[in-house]
Amino acid sequence: MKVDTSINGRAMTLECENGEFLAGALRRYGFLSVKEGCDTGSCGLCTIWLNGKPALSCCLLTARVEGQEITTIEGMQEEAEEFAHFMVAEGAEQCGFCSPGFAMTVLAMKRELTNPTDDEVKNYMAGNLCRCSGYVGQTRALMKYLEVHG
Amino acid sequence: MMNIEEYVRVSSCSEAYEILNSVNGSAILGGCGYLRMGNRAISKGIDLSLLGLNQIIETDSDIEIGAMTSLRDIETNPILKNNFNGSLCDCMENIVGIQLRSIVTIGGTVAGRYPFSDVLPVLMALGADVVLTGAGRVSLEDFMDGKHKSDVVEKIIIPKTSERVAYKSVRNSLVDYAILNCVIALSDGEYKVVVGARPQKAIRATKCEAFLKGKELTEEIAEEAAKIVADELSFGDNVRGSAEYRKAVCVTLIKRALVGGAE
Repeated sequence: MKVDTSINGRAMTLECENGEFLAGALRRYGFLSVKEGCDTGSCGLCTIWLNGKPALSCCLLTARVEGQEITTIEGMQEEAEEFAHFMVAEGAEQCGFCSPGFAMTVLAMKRELTNPTDDEVKNYMAGNLCRCSGYVGQTRALMKYLEVHG
Repeated sequence: MMNIEEYVRVSSCSEAYEILNSVNGSAILGGCGYLRMGNRAISKGIDLSLLGLNQIIETDSDIEIGAMTSLRDIETNPILKNNFNGSLCDCMENIVGIQLRSIVTIGGTVAGRYPFSDVLPVLMALGADVVLTGAGRVSLEDFMDGKHKSDVVEKIIIPKTSERVAYKSVRNSLVDYAILNCVIALSDGEYKVVVGARPQKAIRATKCEAFLKGKELTEEIAEEAAKIVADELSFGDNVRGSAEYRKAVCVTLIKRALVGGAE
């Protein structure tokens, strides 16, 4: 099937199987920041924005994005790079495999929540798993980022 | 990848109902968050997303939630935050992550009748009804009994009669499935008490509800009521917890819901 959508502000037509999920389709079209981790909807590595809200592309049928706006980190390069500096400064980068999904959720949170509490941050980020860092460095980095940009 | 032979975006619930009941192997596609976990081959995938079923509407007596409303939209909805002590929003918090909750739908949750659900026990305690294309308006409790399997869930209707609602759960980690969840709701002087993730499907504790009728709630009454729940319901084992553990935890959660539920 063909799906007309917008990816990072650009109109695109994706060709896909009826049952294909968006993560796989995006990777086929070169959006390689979108990682396929658990493939069970648990880890958050494949986080993209669907109409500006974070969503798991591994659970979203490609057919469902007909007429919708998709954003990947390729479309957020300046903001993502700025956040990456905070990650590096806190030593929060290890293997880096979870970083694109993590950054997409942080950048969405920055837009959605005003002066979030620690609990609100924890709740918002709970769907992004990292198997290297133990979250301490990442949490420091995102709290400092929110202090400056929140 | 799921195997969907044909994909159709329907223009009405009636069209969806007709396909569902005439095409072998057809299925309504909710958010697909859980449908994808199985290996089911779908001959015709029915997409309801063009039908505007993603609205939350408040009337004088009820709140109506369209079947295609995402769990995240429910969690953040101001109408629902201001009703039912926010319990319907609170019960969403531990469901995986916001990225999944942005996709999965209340209609998919209801139609799936998932026994691990955090949402269904709350809806049951609130006395929710389900509006189906074929059968019309039926109680969620009847629907949960397995009736109306080949019907289309259009919306959920929740009466605004509950004066006090409390939801409690216990889980191994923040976003894991619940080992047990409990809900109490007080409406017109009568309690509804529902326990889910036993790990069997959510069920009302009717002996406890009868015990609580007309009683003033004290620590002692709450303790006794909680023990009645643990005795009247059955619990099972799974990877998250044993039946024995669930039974013990049930007493604590029900007591907390009854005497600490209004905070």
